[in-house]
Amino acid sequence: MKAGLQVPSFITEEKLIELHRQMWVIRYLDEKVDEFFAKGLIHGTTHLCVGQEATAAGACAVLNESDKITSTHRGHGHCIAKGADPARMMAELFGRETGYCKGKGGSMHIADLDKGNLGANGIVGGGIPIAVGAALTSKMKNLGYVVVCFFGDGATNEGSFHEALNLASIWRLPVVFFCENNQYGMSGSVKEMFNIEHIATRAASYGIPGKVIDGNDLLEVINTTHEAVERARGGEGPTLIEAKTYRYKGHSKSDAKKYRTREEEMDWRKNRDPIDRFARVLEEAGIASKEQLEEIRVSAFKEIEDAVKFAEQSPMPALESLLDDVYI
Amino acid sequence: MREISYLEAVREAMTQKMLESDDVFIMGEDIGVYGGAFGVTRGMIEQFGPERVRITPISECGITGAAVGAALTGMRPILELQFSDFITIATDQIVNQAAKIRYMYGGKGNVPMVVRTPAGSGTGAAAQHSQSLEAWMAHIPGLKVVQPSTAYDAKGLLIAAIEDNNPVIFYEHKLLYRTSGPVPEQMYSIPLGKADIKREGTDVTVIATAVMVHKALEAAVELEKEGISIEIVDPRTLVPLDEETIVSSVKKTGRVVVVHEAVKRGGFGGEIAAMIAESEAFDYLDAPVQRLGGLPVPIPYNPELEKHAIPQVKDIIRSVKATLNRA
Repeated sequence: MKAGLQVPSFITEEKLIELHRQMWVIRYLDEKVDEFFAKGLIHGTTHLCVGQEATAAGACAVLNESDKITSTHRGHGHCIAKGADPARMMAELFGRETGYCKGKGGSMHIADLDKGNLGANGIVGGGIPIAVGAALTSKMKNLGYVVVCFFGDGATNEGSFHEALNLASIWRLPVVFFCENNQYGMSGSVKEMFNIEHIATRAASYGIPGKVIDGNDLLEVINTTHEAVERARGGEGPTLIEAKTYRYKGHSKSDAKKYRTREEEMDWRKNRDPIDRFARVLEEAGIASKEQLEEIRVSAFKEIEDAVKFAEQSPMPALESLLDDVYI
Repeated sequence: MREISYLEAVREAMTQKMLESDDVFIMGEDIGVYGGAFGVTRGMIEQFGPERVRITPISECGITGAAVGAALTGMRPILELQFSDFITIATDQIVNQAAKIRYMYGGKGNVPMVVRTPAGSGTGAAAQHSQSLEAWMAHIPGLKVVQPSTAYDAKGLLIAAIEDNNPVIFYEHKLLYRTSGPVPEQMYSIPLGKADIKREGTDVTVIATAVMVHKALEAAVELEKEGISIEIVDPRTLVPLDEETIVSSVKKTGRVVVVHEAVKRGGFGGEIAAMIAESEAFDYLDAPVQRLGGLPVPIPYNPELEKHAIPQVKDIIRSVKATLNRA
């Protein structure tokens, strides 16, 4: 790395620029989804990760295509970061046949098994033991892949979290538990729902390393996840990473955010935004100029506009497909 | 053909499938040297080692989820839940995850796992270790539900369950583990969704599951002495349900008693009765379908009360006679 940034050797300058672009794609997809919900063009519900782009992009940046992730109800970012096509994601949100789930899953159930995304999950904490099982397959079949298991702060008060961490620890499975602590489980603040400062301290209960990081610092996410992935790949077992971050939007579309102050939100937006911060890093390191960064932003915006067009033009699923795929 | 116990038949099915494919493995609490709560897996850890006979912590949600994740990524796990009552702790993983993954993901991925679990009363283990909750699982699209009543069926159905690409809940009845019957040594599978006529008869069709099949067989001997011939149909699998065999038996006899151990209210017997009413067999009925099931009470500890809570041979006899007395 000529610019002298501390990153794993396989992360090239081109890769860093690509990650910057990816964060914009994630942001624009969710901003667009927000807009469509407001206009009533997308139904159901959705959970946006605007403000949390660095955790998804950074953690998946160190994975191979054969590595796997499990995701959450707030999973659009993870999905894109693990290689999904935003057009097919948008088609799914529009309920179209061309969507990842043929219009039957929607926002909370997008999976992309070909790219190693084992799926989003509508149940808080539901995906954590599933990640452990996928890691068990890797170990039993000697497949060499690692599973990164994403979940939120709220999920760490679920029994599934504790059972899964213990299981992965005693079996030394190749899994990285990645907690995106965005400060709120719906309206429940981490200040009210936890009597500990850092969720990562819970790792000690299971005899595994726990790391607290700034989840809005892309490079810190990359480096910490890389270390945990290497440890897992080397047969040394799981790590619990807690990345402190923030969602700019509410829990879901109908959330008036009465549980937090406007000042708090603005502080995160103005002073800690993951995309702005990384843009400055790239500029200061001489990897990209202001003009180049602007081109990247515009190209990401364009990609989402194209994704919307694809979704809008895609056919609705045939009613006859309703009962397909319940059983094989 | 040699005779082996129901328990040995279950073990033999697992053993043969594990010898056939490295993808098949078993996991559960105390299934190692202890052999599981009922001894079903005894000797298997010595044969296959701790990688494939995987002893787990007491974490029903975690281990069920791990089975889901392993199945989704190419393994064929067999999970032993120590008592079927503990499905309540694993419910999210079974109901929200295993059953739905394939559908939610638009037909991508599948979850070929088997949850084996001992069900039913009769051991004095009282309310939290004696339930029959199969109707809960049968209600969920995406799950298959199996209830073998004989050693022969247990082996053949378990082999089919392991080969099935869907999640299967395999209910083993505790009282049946020590019962024996003829079982072929070689591998064979009984297709899920194929009922078995355990006894042919002409006057009344008795549709019975698990232990109730044996109680119905006892009732049949008594009833025969009085000149009453009952046909006993064992669905063997609730999902898929062999409606055809049931309907054709009902058309033959014109009278039906459905009997299961689970609480009658909301039980699977209601589903079978309704299915018959909606089918062409309705026009052949000479009397309303009778349902016999457990009383709406948690299973009590006292042995006499425990017996009283679920249908007995005399109850089946009474029901059969009652339906014959309907004009």
